[in-house]
Amino acid sequence: MKHKKLTQDRVVYFINYVMLAVFLIIVLYPLIYIISCSFSSGDALMSGKVKLFPVEPTLQSYRAVFKYKSIWTGYWNSIVYTLVGTVISMVLTLFAAYPLSRSDFRGKKVFTVIILFTMMFSGGLIPTYLLVKSLHMLNTIWAVVLPGAVSAYNVIVARTFFANTIPKELQEAAEMDGCADFLFFVKIVIPLSTPIIAVLSLWVIVGLWNSYFWPMIYLDSQELYPLQLVLRRILLLSQINLNQTSIDPETIRKNQYLGEMLKYGTIIVSTLPLMIIYPFVQKYFVKGVMIGSVKG
Amino acid sequence: MNLNMRKVNHRIFEKDICENKEKGESLKMSERTKIKKTQIGNKKTFGQYFRAHWQLYMMIAPPVIMLLIFAYAPMYGVILAFKDYKVSLGIWNSPWAGDHGLRNFIRFFNNYNFKECLRNTIVLSIYSMLVSMPCSIILALSLNYAKNVVFKKTVQMVSYCPYFISTIVFVGIINMIFDNRTGVVGSFLFNKFNINVLGNADLFSSLYVWSGVWQGIGFGAIIYMAALAGVDQEQHEAAIIDGATLLQRIWYVDIPAIIPTAVIMLILNMGGTLNIGYEKILAMQNQNNIAMSEVISTYSYKVSLVSSFPDFSYSTAIGLFQSLVGLVLIIITNKIANKLSGTGFM
Repeated sequence: MKHKKLTQDRVVYFINYVMLAVFLIIVLYPLIYIISCSFSSGDALMSGKVKLFPVEPTLQSYRAVFKYKSIWTGYWNSIVYTLVGTVISMVLTLFAAYPLSRSDFRGKKVFTVIILFTMMFSGGLIPTYLLVKSLHMLNTIWAVVLPGAVSAYNVIVARTFFANTIPKELQEAAEMDGCADFLFFVKIVIPLSTPIIAVLSLWVIVGLWNSYFWPMIYLDSQELYPLQLVLRRILLLSQINLNQTSIDPETIRKNQYLGEMLKYGTIIVSTLPLMIIYPFVQKYFVKGVMIGSVKG
Repeated sequence: MNLNMRKVNHRIFEKDICENKEKGESLKMSERTKIKKTQIGNKKTFGQYFRAHWQLYMMIAPPVIMLLIFAYAPMYGVILAFKDYKVSLGIWNSPWAGDHGLRNFIRFFNNYNFKECLRNTIVLSIYSMLVSMPCSIILALSLNYAKNVVFKKTVQMVSYCPYFISTIVFVGIINMIFDNRTGVVGSFLFNKFNINVLGNADLFSSLYVWSGVWQGIGFGAIIYMAALAGVDQEQHEAAIIDGATLLQRIWYVDIPAIIPTAVIMLILNMGGTLNIGYEKILAMQNQNNIAMSEVISTYSYKVSLVSSFPDFSYSTAIGLFQSLVGLVLIIITNKIANKLSGTGFM
């Protein structure tokens, strides 16, 4: 394919690279800034000296984070909620998606409508809250994990994947050999579906780890707060109770900006888990969005 | 794995919402029953099918039950909107609201807050949509034409990063960067131009929308890149031979290829227009910007769960209003899209 490079094209390509480079800087800068702040001293922070690199490097923020108990209960709660929630959600999603992907499934239309309609209309905040309350699930893990477990969108993505990947002949052959549906699902479909399981799990995990609103309205006692709610108190409401930590009063007095420093440390510490797994899973992530966006 | 879908005598096609139009055919009910009856080996009744494949029904039962409980049962709860809810009496025994049950809605529309909320909601929604969609498309095109693979992958990876940052952390970062005294951008703007970013109600919408772009542009771009990957290379080559420049090629070949996807995204987003809000806006609100940041969702939240005199039926009425408008918007946008370009969600 030979074609002469038009001058205008060359300019456009060049500008394109420049635009992307600028974009890269804009996206990266806040992240680098926060990391630098977390390693800077309190005085430097309050006087606004930190621009790009740590000023007066110190580990003081992190030491404060480690001693702040709420963060660790929050961490633990988040881990538990995320794990339990992801397992429940994935099982339910896959169980719903497989039958829907079978072209011979009688009643497929009815079930599809039932599931899709929930994407378009919902009862709203208060009715859902009252329901959870009447089921006596308030202030328990189940209020956080169960209501959102079945996501219609995820079911559709999984169904599309199954329909496009599991050949009908395979299923028919298995049926002729006497393999029942569920066994076929477990032994053959699931092993073939690792990409979609990876993607959907990732979406669910990110959603659960980062959610704060629903836990906020359903949970009352602080010991049950997930990490995000603890963060909310620290970052947004500035409700930092330094007495609650095991930092000795001397350090608190010396470092009057410990509250501020705590904020930066907690941001880093709370985002770290997702950031660590991110490079490994990001290719699945892209694949998943592509599968989901190709309708049918 | 290529399924041979042309074997008509082998199965029955059902018109499915997400079915690829190339692969399937839709048959009328009468034709379907006719084919059913004339096919060999397919004369099973529902009962027979059920007995043979009961496990499939067992599998789909739990998810459907969950949906019935957590999605459909609350829908009955919207009846609260038409009642005057008294906690002690419960949902069923509470008296009907005045004005034939519409008292809550009338109260909402007459409330002096309503106009403000509605305006804020619509402004934020439309502003968001107008900005984020082109930005994602531009990023997708940009990445598509960046030839250096390493650079391209790096930018891609970095652009999805913000998606993994939680709302709380994200708003925390915004507060820190734009703080008047200590924020790197905030102090600069404050000292040089006397702009108080966080405390200025008028800047709220821009802050909200552009920070939203920062967070979501990478994710949005993936969808358009998938569409771009499907563009017919031959068209590009023909255009090149005809002497078209890159920009012309983008305008005449790539953009039309993206339009169906963009339309579907638009339809999906329209439905959520009035629902914008809980997590991020609630987190970004403060006393100074409340005039522009109070949206319908946050208002209904405040009136119910955090108020000292919670009014559940009032809040439910507001929620119902949102859901209904969303549903109507989806249907209308879908019809328009269908008429204009033949694509659509349903």
